[in-house]
Amino acid sequence: MTNIGIQAAKYIMLVLIGLYTMSTYHYLRMKTHKRRNQACGMQLFCMFALHLTGYLAIILYTNERSMIYFYGAQVVFFILYLVLFRVFYKKASRLLLNNTCMLLAVSFIMLTRLGPERAVRHFVITAAAAAVAMAVPVIVRRMRYLWRFCWIYAGIGLLALSVILVFSTVSGGAHLSFDIGGLFSLQPSEFVKITFVFFVASMFQTSLSFKRVFVTTAVAALHVLILVASKDLGAALIYFIAYLLMLFVATRSYFYLLGGAAAGSLASVLAYKVFAHVRVRVQVWQDPWMDATGDGWQILQSLFAIGSGGFLGTGLYQGMPEVIPVVRSDFIFAAIAEEFGGIFAIALLLICLSCLLQFLWISTWMDGMFYKIIAFGLAAVYGAQVFLNVGGVIKFIPSTGITLPFVSHGGSSIMSTFIMFGIIQGLYILKQDEVDRIEQEEKLERRRQALYEKRYETGAAGPGKSGKRRRRDPSGRRADQDR
Amino acid sequence: MFLSTIGYFCWYIAAKSEETVDSSYNARLDTFSQRVVRGEIRGKNGEVLARTVEDAKGEETREYPYSNLFAHVVGYSDAGTTGLEASANSYLLATHVSLLDQVSNEAAEIKNPGDSVVTTLDPALQQLACDALGDYNGACVILEPDTGKILAMVSKPDYNPNTVAEDWESLISEENTGANLLNRATQGLYPPGSTFKLLTALEYIRENPADWQDYRYECGGTMEYGDAVMSCYEGHVHGGLDLRLSLANSCNTSFATIGQTLDLDSFHALCESFLFNKELPLPAGMEYRQSSFVLDGTSGLAERVQTAIGQGKTMISPMHNAMIVSSIANGGILMSPYLVERVESADGKVVKQFMPESAGRLLSVAESETLTNFMVAVVNEGTSPSLRSDSYQVAGKTGSAEFNSNKEDSHAWFVGFAPAEDPKIVVSIIYENGGTGGSVATKGAKKIFEGYFSR
Repeated sequence: MTNIGIQAAKYIMLVLIGLYTMSTYHYLRMKTHKRRNQACGMQLFCMFALHLTGYLAIILYTNERSMIYFYGAQVVFFILYLVLFRVFYKKASRLLLNNTCMLLAVSFIMLTRLGPERAVRHFVITAAAAAVAMAVPVIVRRMRYLWRFCWIYAGIGLLALSVILVFSTVSGGAHLSFDIGGLFSLQPSEFVKITFVFFVASMFQTSLSFKRVFVTTAVAALHVLILVASKDLGAALIYFIAYLLMLFVATRSYFYLLGGAAAGSLASVLAYKVFAHVRVRVQVWQDPWMDATGDGWQILQSLFAIGSGGFLGTGLYQGMPEVIPVVRSDFIFAAIAEEFGGIFAIALLLICLSCLLQFLWISTWMDGMFYKIIAFGLAAVYGAQVFLNVGGVIKFIPSTGITLPFVSHGGSSIMSTFIMFGIIQGLYILKQDEVDRIEQEEKLERRRQALYEKRYETGAAGPGKSGKRRRRDPSGRRADQDR
Repeated sequence: MFLSTIGYFCWYIAAKSEETVDSSYNARLDTFSQRVVRGEIRGKNGEVLARTVEDAKGEETREYPYSNLFAHVVGYSDAGTTGLEASANSYLLATHVSLLDQVSNEAAEIKNPGDSVVTTLDPALQQLACDALGDYNGACVILEPDTGKILAMVSKPDYNPNTVAEDWESLISEENTGANLLNRATQGLYPPGSTFKLLTALEYIRENPADWQDYRYECGGTMEYGDAVMSCYEGHVHGGLDLRLSLANSCNTSFATIGQTLDLDSFHALCESFLFNKELPLPAGMEYRQSSFVLDGTSGLAERVQTAIGQGKTMISPMHNAMIVSSIANGGILMSPYLVERVESADGKVVKQFMPESAGRLLSVAESETLTNFMVAVVNEGTSPSLRSDSYQVAGKTGSAEFNSNKEDSHAWFVGFAPAEDPKIVVSIIYENGGTGGSVATKGAKKIFEGYFSR
């Protein structure tokens, strides 16, 4: 009986995530607020229904009362989070908010299935992170002078990365994190990627002279080099890709883009020659069977998992994702593909893509160089991270050992992702403020115009529409003014 | 980038995952058997070659009704898995009975029946091949040349898969020198002996397209090269020969002379195009060893001469030899050998159907006709008169593969097909220590052809 329930749950979840994903893309084509609100409501329904179905299957299988409480706590969390966010930030992007909840819901289900104890811990950290990150949009919205602190960003970033290099616990052949009081282990590279984006954005805000670009590149390279020295190559790659893309968007210079790409390729070849563990990763990617019980084990287990799941998945508890090393964090995508199915995993990827599109969209939408580059830089970080993670898990590219934002287990990853999404929400709100202000101004203008015309009804043409000048956001100087 | 990732992901699941998942490193396979009763392996007409039976206590055992006959090709699953039991494992442990049945089985807590694998194997032909080998150690492969179907594959000595777990200690003990578990048909490498002269002749034809027909050789029974002497079988003096009769009579001295004229790099390339030193297009999961051909431009005279007549360092498996002859029989195109015809659910629905696949053209139509013609001459005018028959025409080639310096110790080969004008079966058979001249092998092949064509 249990199995029938689990299989039914599997199909229901497939349908729900399918509907959800379609709705997120359909949303972008909708014009009216009313229809968009309807779509958001429908998305939330899918999300809560999927979450419920997943936990019903878990409860059915484990038969544990505690799971009901755990599920209840999560529902309370989701409702509180959604309501509070909407109360504090009326103008926030609902789509991004829904996507956040959907990714978290999938993550909670999978992590609970993989081990309830750690899932509870992860849930507590997630809730705390969500609460803390609630403040991020208001900071972005109110503190218009964030672009002035460029050297502070660089200082914090480089310091945190260096500290890790010197005093750190080694995990998976790399220096990644340090313990705080034996309770938490913090992974600074997750946070420094945000200060890194801020640093680059604030540098390019003031000037795009060659000297400026050179200095920025040097400091950015320092970040990457420290990461390489700590052997955190996945993070190094993300920083590098993000910097290159930010530089290109700021300068629109193909010379920088191609030069950077060439330098990057050279650096990867060098890394391959110098670091044994890079060579191992590449060899394992080319032929995991060569050392199937050793270095190839992880990727093979991941491939077994994905292959056994097929497109429809095995259903919760019907697969064996727990045999994949670090399945909770880096390889959670394989576990999802196995038990929820390939189609579900593709839908999940499309939801990530929908987040990325939002990031990019906001970047093109922002007027000021600083905000534009921040949005774009975060988009690059997010996109690169999802691509490197999923690509590595399915052996499309060599595995680099990074987390899948919002889905993987890991406090630092969750916290930094919340902050990233918070910043983007802040920018979104900032833009909404501006749009509202312009609408207000236009309304005022129209009223003034009407009064004016009434007063000089004799027929002489007034100053006319030339007075309709839009004020720009004070901190957002336009890119073309800098050149 | 996202789209290419999704694309790769779909491709992996759709096309690649099956063979990956089917690995002994995958712990999931063991758990499948807790939910599914392992399916049957059947012969081409539905004969049961392997099945799982449950006793009164619910204990499952794997039964092999033909005992030793299909030992290597079907394999076993009681002491690890081999053969088809290994390579078709994921089919046998998947279930495609209707969803309704699955649900009702699930509700009644009965295991679902796994899918059955229907093979290309013909039990009658397998028995013929087994009888033909008799008490000799060796192997026999029978293919259908225009499809690549493996109709029979026998390796001797064999073992009883029903009792392999109990017999395990003695099978792997050091006193047992027979290597019963080894599938000699694909994993045994032997010198090709005179069967290799087919390729030597083909190389000569390719190097002399205009005038190979003018080739003449006066066989005096012996020939000196360097400070060694090459002699024909039992000191026969074959007299005046062209290329066709050189092959028909398997004249060593004639081929040794040809060998000295050949461009060795081009010869090397030809052999590699015939899959020496290469992976064979065999079904995924079928274990085999690669054949080897080492001769090239740097080789010395003795090695040249020896290699041209199929001795030297060249090694080939019976399966590979069957494939070469099969391409000659099929007008030059090699069909990839395959063993699984289709996968059926327990209620008879076809889950997956396998189609013949070409592995490419190895020689031209004209070349295949010429070589067929030569192989007919082997039977009608040459070394194998006993294969003559009124009802079908055999095309073949015998060989004796010397495996040490003693001329008397040699393996006996026969490769060939029939009927020559419209080949139905290709036979490749080797008798370890079968003696020189291939007469044992010819007799064995005769049994197989007689048996096949009298049905």
